[in-house]
Order: sequence, then structure tokens, then C-alpha cells
Amino acid sequence: MIEQVPLNHALIVTTMMFFIGVYGFLTRKNLITMLISIELMLNAVNLNFVFFDKYLYPGTLEGHFFSLFIIAIAAAEAAVAIAIFINLYRNIRSIDVEEVDKMKY
Amino acid sequence: MSLQELLLMRHEWTLIGSLLILLVLELNFTDEGKTKSIPSAAILFALVTLSGFLPSQSGTLFGGMYVTDPLRILMKNILNLGVLIVFLQSGSWLRAKNNYNRITEFYLLMLSSVIGVSFMISAGNFLMFYLGLELLTIPIAAAASYEQYKSKSAEAGIKLILSAAFASALLLFGLSMLYGATGSMYFSKMIVTADVLHVLGFVFFFSGLAFKISVVPFHLWTADVYEGSPTNVTSYLSVVSKGAAIFVFVLLSVTLFETIRQVWQPVIYGTAIFTMTIGNLFAIRQQNLKRFLAFSSIAQAGFILLGVIGGTALAMASVIYFVLVYVFSNLAAFGVVIAIEQYSGKININDYNGLYHTNPRLSLAMMLALFSLAGIPPLAGFFGKFFLFTAAAESGYYVLLFIAVANAVVSLYYYLLVVKAMFVNKNESPIKYFHSDYPTRIALSACVVGILVIGFYSPIFEFIKQLCLSSL
Repeated sequence: MIEQVPLNHALIVTTMMFFIGVYGFLTRKNLITMLISIELMLNAVNLNFVFFDKYLYPGTLEGHFFSLFIIAIAAAEAAVAIAIFINLYRNIRSIDVEEVDKMKY
Repeated sequence: MSLQELLLMRHEWTLIGSLLILLVLELNFTDEGKTKSIPSAAILFALVTLSGFLPSQSGTLFGGMYVTDPLRILMKNILNLGVLIVFLQSGSWLRAKNNYNRITEFYLLMLSSVIGVSFMISAGNFLMFYLGLELLTIPIAAAASYEQYKSKSAEAGIKLILSAAFASALLLFGLSMLYGATGSMYFSKMIVTADVLHVLGFVFFFSGLAFKISVVPFHLWTADVYEGSPTNVTSYLSVVSKGAAIFVFVLLSVTLFETIRQVWQPVIYGTAIFTMTIGNLFAIRQQNLKRFLAFSSIAQAGFILLGVIGGTALAMASVIYFVLVYVFSNLAAFGVVIAIEQYSGKININDYNGLYHTNPRLSLAMMLALFSLAGIPPLAGFFGKFFLFTAAAESGYYVLLFIAVANAVVSLYYYLLVVKAMFVNKNESPIKYFHSDYPTRIALSACVVGILVIGFYSPIFEFIKQLCLSSL
């Protein structure tokens, strides 16, 4: 099944995913949605690793391991980020990026 | 794993050990005795720093994942010294009423971050590198939002963690391309060529790392995070976290990316010019000293890139030497800012008017720090910049060198503005005379001694250069 999909197509999908994430990160106004965009970017990277491992270097598992670690660390990162969001919400009653503007030059 | 092999990871073991000891000690402190963790952490970390200087061996562990040699140990020692000074300076801030309950948390976060620094420098594989990088960043984001009753602190935390996550996603995208192109994540097995996929991978990787060094297109988070975080965390961010990223990049540029030198040299060339110029121009218009030091540290990062670009042993040595000097000068400046902020809550440049008449010793320390950052001759900062410029000249980058010298002149202007405020400007109600606590004084004196001695004592540079030559 998977052999019928050429690597190019898989990579086009992951690259699109990654840059949709970048676009979302740069345009979204809600902090949670920004975090989701980052997760989208990280998942694109995970897929990239798995595809490269599967297609080009079958049997080495190095890419698979890398994506497992990325998943774990992304979870830790999201936990800390959301804890900080909650803290911000307690202070300014909002998680909108436009309101996070105490410091500007 | 034999004892011999265990000892190769001495830095990491001692750090993990002191973290666990601190955790257990904290359980035994009564509510009134929470402040005891301040001296305990300082003493533990002083022991860790000292044990780092014991003689050691080079070798690899975990099948090449972990690499250690004298050069990497020197890097870790330099950064450990910086962390020790940060610890000494943070006592009076932690004793403040609002932070009283969470003193140990600060040290635990810092220690875990330092463990990340050590693993990142010793990485022999991109997986280890990535784990170290994240272990360095995530606790610092938590520490940046440490003052949870201040919305500025939370804002700094958010800006730090979101930009760090974005940066690491970019970095990982680059790594996935390098993996696809080379088939391995071990530095020793990867052969990077000037192929399209390799170059694209490198560019993404570099932009991810550039966030950490706050090189110019990726510097926008720096000023806000530096201003909003507690000043002790800011000093850690500006010295240790930035220094670690620079060290890793220097190591990679002469080993893994050695083969695509013609690709990364123009990249560094451009970013160095922009980093120096924009950092300097924005520093001129700052009133808040923390923002001022943020932009000054961006400009300093630009000067450091000048050393990275050469890619020779001399260039590497000059970068390491400059970071050593930068640790002492920047932490002295931050130490004064912290002491005054703790006493009076003031952090604007014009609040410092007339400081010399009331607090002459603090003003002198600040003056030495700023002169060293600006690179005025008898101080260590001059020699640091001198070696960086020599390294760039050796590789024939004369135009870049000219721009750098012009920028050094501009930077002198804004550093002198602060000195002028302290020594020349008149003030009706200057900050009153006060005593800072002993650890802060020790830290400041250590910094001043460092600034004065490192410049004059030339064997230090010779030693670093020998290490770099032998490791290339």
C-alpha cells in the first residue's frame, strides 16, 4: 500500500503542513491556537523523520526514535506553555495576543 | 558501565546529584527555614564548579551519543562560573516576601537548565543535542514567569516559550532534512555536502539556533523577555543560555559543517553585520536598563559571530575567550542592576543620575563592566574584541572588520551614556547609600577581578588556543 506513494508526495504533504503551521503561528491572535500551530509544525517534522526512515533507510529506526522523543518533549513544552497561559489569564483575564502588550519599545 | 566511564560524565553527575540533594534538603526545612536553601544551593553549586576543574579525560559514551574532551570541559566550566555568579546574586531577590515560599523552585529550575547546557555541549548526536536544548529552554521559560503576581513576568514567559518552541520546530525541520540527506544523526557519521537538501537543512538548523543566540532576524523576543523576566533570570539568559548556543555552533561549524564552509560563511557574514548594527542602533534609544542590556547583548552576539566566521583554531579560541570575558562583564553589569533594583525598584538610566556620589563602589563596578563591554583597552573586554577582530582579519574579512570597528565606536557612545549618568549628571534625589548582602558583594568583586585579571594574564588565552588546536 505505502509503496505506491512516492516519497516526493509524502514530503510535499509534510512541507505544506509545516508551513501551514508557520502561517498559523504568525497570523493567529489566540495563544492556544498559536500553540496548536507549533504542534502542527512539530508533527510535520515527525512525519518527515518517519518517512525518511521508512523510505530511504529502512531498518535503522533512528528516525522513528527521534520522532518519539519529539512527541514526548512537545508534550512537556505544551504543559509548561499552558501553565504560563493560565498564569497570564489570572493576571490580565485574557489570552489574546493583542492584549499581551505591556512591553513595547 | 565502569567507574572510569561514569567519571567521564562528571559534570552531569555532580549537577544531577546536587539537584537531588537540594530537593531532599528542601523537604527537611521548616516553613521559617526556607531561606536555608539559598546558601545550600550556592555551596552545592560552588562544589560542582570546583569539581569541574579537576583533571579529566576525554572519551565517548553511549555509542558516541555523548562526547567529552578538554575543550568541552572548559566550555562547561566557563558557563558554570557564570551560573555560580547568578546564584550568588539572586539571594536578596529570593528573600523578598513574594518569593519566600518558592525559593527552592528557582534553584531546581536553574539546575535542570544547567544540566541541559552540559548535555548540549557534550552532544555527539543530534538527538542528544535536541534533548539538551529543550532541557535548557523549558525550565528557563518557567523561571522567566517566576514572579507569578506580575503580568510582565507571565508575558515574558509566554514570549520566551512560544518563540523557543517555534525556533525548535524550525531547527527540527532542518534536522529532518539533514537526516534524510545523510542517513544518520551521529556527528561522526554524517557527511554534509553542498547538496540542496543539505544546505536547506543547514539553513533551518541555523535559524533555529539563531533564536537562542538572538541573531538579528530572530532577535525580536530578546528585549521583551529580558525586560519582563526577573533580573536574575535575565542575566542567566543573556550569559549562560546564549553562551551555550554559541559554543555548540562553534563546535559544529568546525566539525560537522566544516565541509560546507562556503555556505555558512556568507550567512554568518550577513547576519553578523545586521546583528551588530541593529543591536547598537536600538540600544541607543533605550531608557530601561534591562532593555538596554538586552540590545547590548544582541550587539555583542554580532561581534561573536565575527569570530565564528573564521572557522580556524584561532577563531574558535577567540570566541571562547570572548565568552569568558563576556560572562564576567555582563554579570557585573547585571549584578549592579539587580542590587539597585532590589533596594529601590528603579531600573531606568536616569534613575542612576548621581549614583557615584552615594554608592561609589557600585558605580565603579558598573563602570568597569560597561567599559569592558565597550572594549576600552586595559580591561579584558578589549582583548576579547581584539582577538575576535584578529581572527576575522586572519581570514581576510576586512570589510566586515571595518563595519565591526565602526559599530564598536557606536557602542562606546551608549555605554558611556550610562557612565555619564552615574558620574556627571546631577540629581536632586539620588538613590541613597545602601549595603548589598555579602554574596552579591562577593559575586561583584569576583566579576571585577575577572574583568581586570583575564585581560592581563595572557596564559589564559594561550591555554584556550592550545586546547582548540589540539581538538581540531
